[in-house]
Amino acid sequence: MTINVNPPVAADTQQQMGPQDYIRRSASTVPEPARKLEAVAKLIDVSKCIGCKACQSACLEWNDLREEVGVNVGVYDNPHDLTPNTLTLMRFTEWVNDENGNLEWLIRKDGCMHCSDPGCLKACPAPGAIVQYSNGVVDFVKENCIGCGYCVQGCPFNIPRISKVDNRAYKCTLCSDRIAVGQGPACAKACPTKAIVFGTKEEMKAHAANRIEDLKSRGFANAGLYDPPGVGGTHVMYVLHHADKPTIYAGLPDNPRISPVVEAWKGVTKYAGLALMGVAAAAGVVHMAISGRNRVTVEDDDEARRLTAQAPGAQPLDPDKEPMA
Amino acid sequence: MSEAAIHDSRRPVPPVSKKDLDRGDRLLLGREVVVNRYTRWARINHWITAISLILLALTGLALFHPSLYWLTGLFGGGQFTRMIHPWIGVVLFFSFAGLFVRFFRLNLPAREDAQWTARIGDVLKGNEEKLPEIGKYNAGQKFVFWAMSILIVTLIISGLGVWEEYFSDLLTIPQRRVAVLVHSMAAVAIICVWIVHVYAAFWVQGTLSAMTRGKVTGGWAWRHHRKWLRALAAYGQRDDVTPGDKR
Repeated sequence: MTINVNPPVAADTQQQMGPQDYIRRSASTVPEPARKLEAVAKLIDVSKCIGCKACQSACLEWNDLREEVGVNVGVYDNPHDLTPNTLTLMRFTEWVNDENGNLEWLIRKDGCMHCSDPGCLKACPAPGAIVQYSNGVVDFVKENCIGCGYCVQGCPFNIPRISKVDNRAYKCTLCSDRIAVGQGPACAKACPTKAIVFGTKEEMKAHAANRIEDLKSRGFANAGLYDPPGVGGTHVMYVLHHADKPTIYAGLPDNPRISPVVEAWKGVTKYAGLALMGVAAAAGVVHMAISGRNRVTVEDDDEARRLTAQAPGAQPLDPDKEPMA
Repeated sequence: MSEAAIHDSRRPVPPVSKKDLDRGDRLLLGREVVVNRYTRWARINHWITAISLILLALTGLALFHPSLYWLTGLFGGGQFTRMIHPWIGVVLFFSFAGLFVRFFRLNLPAREDAQWTARIGDVLKGNEEKLPEIGKYNAGQKFVFWAMSILIVTLIISGLGVWEEYFSDLLTIPQRRVAVLVHSMAAVAIICVWIVHVYAAFWVQGTLSAMTRGKVTGGWAWRHHRKWLRALAAYGQRDDVTPGDKR
């Protein structure tokens, strides 16, 4: 695979990736795959983006999605947020650079980052609803999705959206269906400035290095690659002219990682919880075995009769309802 | 009372009052002594709560640990399990609220609770004669009652926060992470409390009939809730019982 090449797909084209390439599968395990695909990545060069939204359109078109007609609230973001239909979104930020007083228009194409350590997959309770391929693609399998929203809690980037129509989660697939037949993602194909390029992760890192060198020569001393190590690196990377402060790009997290709360929930709570319930039940079995049932004795019944013999307000017992002796 | 003291001189006979009785508690004398412990409506209320709690545990555990995901098969799959769980939670919340109103007064702490708790070893050994005389509920039952109350409030609040279908905008994502963690921990706790509750009901022979037919034997009341039986022996029933409240 090379940068932004989209060869024609012949009729006899074979699928180059499939379930045999899963390295992770939510709420279940997968056998060690027999082969390992080369890691792929999409590189988004923010400095080359002109905000045309061709990528957004290409995404809608390839995935056959429609977005509702929205309302203009005075910003370029359209729609205003990612939705179950808008899997990628241009986010526009007007930022004043304190060093030189320049107003900079930062445009970031938001969407799934395809983390190497995906929080969505970790949080997902439905077997096989989220899968990760050995080339790094993290994909949602909607047939297995139950719509619980745990992936939303798990994601460090606030990406998945749950459809109110079919109660299933949606996000960028990295065009896994295109990658499987040797194509690049639709957004990369559509990008007129080649701000979005796609290839192997190594190629993309090398390409980014050239771009960063160029940006530094133009005065962006802090230009750099966004490939956050907190999530094991990502398979969607950014070239940022201000890589020292990612958060200025519409809230791109400075150091994303799976939240410790999610780790606690999906780690110790899950195992300790089951163990605790097991111990409680086992304690009952052991106690019953040791002490036997706590039985009422004949003497207890006699005492009760004696105590209550003269009780005022008592009612006669229907002889049919006498307890068994 | 002096008569009772002769039969059991090891323990002081506690003073009793009508306040030790619930509406519907009633002494029935025949060849054997029988005590009405729970009214029909209290029992219906209890079993709605119980069924809800069991369904919630099954649907919740299915989404709690992958090894239990197969439980979704009992409910027609993951989507339906995800959909029905919060609604059952709503039913449980209101159903338990009914139980709370019915039971909370006699579950308030009493002097003998500390002594009972301090002798938990004798409780577990079944050495009833070493325990203080107990009213309608012992400290263990009170623990279950209050633990259930606190945990159900915790579960409904945290549960609403992560009810994706209707309340996905109620909390921020970091808040929802905390809510779902709290929800799962509270769920583990309430299942453990439930195990204690069910086990105790089986272990103490003669208890189940209180929630099935509403009655216990006099011997059971004498053995486990003697202060309550003494109040019944002294008054037979609460005065404010109307004929309509039968059983």
